[in-house]
Amino acid sequence: MTTTTTTPTVAVWKFASCDGCQLNLLNAEDELLDVAEAVTIAYFPEATRAMLPGPYDVSIVEGSITTPEEVERIKHVREISGALITIGACATHGGIQALRNYADVEEYTRYVYAHPEYIETLETSTPISEHVKVDFELRGCPVDKYQLVEVISAFAQGRRPRIPTYSVCVECKRAGNICVPVAHGTPCLGPVTQAGCGAICPSFNRGCYACFGPQDSQNCHGMADRLAALGMTSEEMIRAYRTFNATCEPFQAESLRHERARKAGAEEVEA
Amino acid sequence: MRTMGLAGLDELVAALGRAGYEVYGPRARDGAIVLAPIAGVADLPHGVGDTQDAAFYRLRDRGDAKVFGYSTAVQGLKPVLFPAHELLWKARKTPIGFDVEDADATPPKPRAFLGARDCDLRALAVHDTVLASREFADKAYGQRREGVFVVAVTCSDPCGTCFCVSQGGSPKPQEGYDLALTELLDGDGHRFLVEVGSERGAEILAEVTTTDAPPTDTAAADAVVAEATASMGRTLDTSDLHDVMYAAADSPHWDEVAARCLACTNCTLVCPTCFCTSVEDTTDLTKSMTERHRVWDSCFGSRFSYIHGGVVRESGKSRYRQWITHKLAGYQDQFGLSGCVGCGRCITWCPAAIDITAEAAALRAGLTTGATDALETAGETR
Repeated sequence: MTTTTTTPTVAVWKFASCDGCQLNLLNAEDELLDVAEAVTIAYFPEATRAMLPGPYDVSIVEGSITTPEEVERIKHVREISGALITIGACATHGGIQALRNYADVEEYTRYVYAHPEYIETLETSTPISEHVKVDFELRGCPVDKYQLVEVISAFAQGRRPRIPTYSVCVECKRAGNICVPVAHGTPCLGPVTQAGCGAICPSFNRGCYACFGPQDSQNCHGMADRLAALGMTSEEMIRAYRTFNATCEPFQAESLRHERARKAGAEEVEA
Repeated sequence: MRTMGLAGLDELVAALGRAGYEVYGPRARDGAIVLAPIAGVADLPHGVGDTQDAAFYRLRDRGDAKVFGYSTAVQGLKPVLFPAHELLWKARKTPIGFDVEDADATPPKPRAFLGARDCDLRALAVHDTVLASREFADKAYGQRREGVFVVAVTCSDPCGTCFCVSQGGSPKPQEGYDLALTELLDGDGHRFLVEVGSERGAEILAEVTTTDAPPTDTAAADAVVAEATASMGRTLDTSDLHDVMYAAADSPHWDEVAARCLACTNCTLVCPTCFCTSVEDTTDLTKSMTERHRVWDSCFGSRFSYIHGGVVRESGKSRYRQWITHKLAGYQDQFGLSGCVGCGRCITWCPAAIDITAEAAALRAGLTTGATDALETAGETR
């Protein structure tokens, strides 16, 4: 690895997450050597024990904020970073662990840990952007490795990342996939979900699970009407809109609308 | 007129292969009929039909041996002749500047399409006008288009979303083909009535075993066309449609459509005439190579109408209005033809079941009920 002083230094940080997103950087095998040429990997504990001291030109942050310690640590990361990029659904929208935002965390800790008194955790899992200024958010659970390399190149080269914000449907049609809700009756969240994954699930005749969060022109209410027409219940709709990006506004609003309906025991959700 | 059996059709595919064509034909894949490369009649969807309605598509067992017994394939010829993604050019950094390299110096192998419908051919004519006949022609489209060989097939089983007859089309291919077939399956056997549309068509057909068609076959083919013409799943009232669309510019109906529209882009990406694209530039990590790509885009995306200062069409309703008004009215002003061939794909593949014929009818009805004084404001574009 070259560590010339002319290439920008990059640090990779982990907060509450599964490591899958930073692993996708290591999975970018064909591009990894070029990445190492283009930037100086200064701090990346998942990949190397060699750690250069900060500050860093670019910080890549994985994971959400779930503990008081993380609240402080992300502020420190922000202070010693030029640009701060968050990667993955945890960092951009709280991740799967944001399901705690709709539950009793104390009850969870009692069930899970033998000594819950040792657990110091927050009531919520929140995106990094709720705590510090974020320069770019890369979506996905996990992020797409090609998009990740694109974002790193863009910041290394001082240009805007080329990350589309249209729906997954665009990727399906470009790939020649057969539309799974129309041709198979399979519920699919692709129409409200941002592209970027290459439409992986529909490519294997599965519905989209919305792990990349909402597309720029989402109509979650209209989508829910169509999911209901395909037989999805309110209960399933709540799960569909909450799984990966439970804190993002349009998904949250739609999941709450169905939750209110379920609590009211109503047959029909409010319009 | 000539007629041939299934063996003759197989000979036709082989003859096209010998003549240097890559032959595309209908195949069943993932529960749908797609146009894809075929090697012979064995690849065709034997006995497969389809049922289509708004946001609904299913294959069905026809219970017979027909190979063209479906209505429209998932896509027309667009993905082959105007592909979703195309490298335009690339440039490599040199010590003194950069060298521009052409995307691909080798000309593409000419394509033959077996099973193209009249709606596919009319859509092709629209693309020929829009992409290849204007001042700045799309060179790559022209190259792919040139030398295309078309074996069109009469549509015997229009589906629930078909309305080509309303749009001046017909189940029977009218022009733009080299050979046209009508599939017949009755007590006299399984055969294809062949009509020759070009010299090239005659040359290829000369390599295929055919016999003189008896007058009864011609009559049977006419009956297929008449029956199909009478069984369109939908209709579109085209009287004064151009003016109706502009007059409906401020209709309250746009809000109603926008509540259902998911802005997912599917209608535009399955439309055989939609031609909007975006140009994307990429650089590699080593900063020694840059590429320019052309990709399918859609007027339903928010970034599509982004210009300096912001997005021109911010709302879903403004995008739907733009799309349908351009299809049914703007095309006439721009290109002298309708942007809709009545293939019904936008209806079938809209996951929200939005129906261009129903929306146009609602907009027309809104004008007469006087819900808004739309004619007064017809000149406003936004």
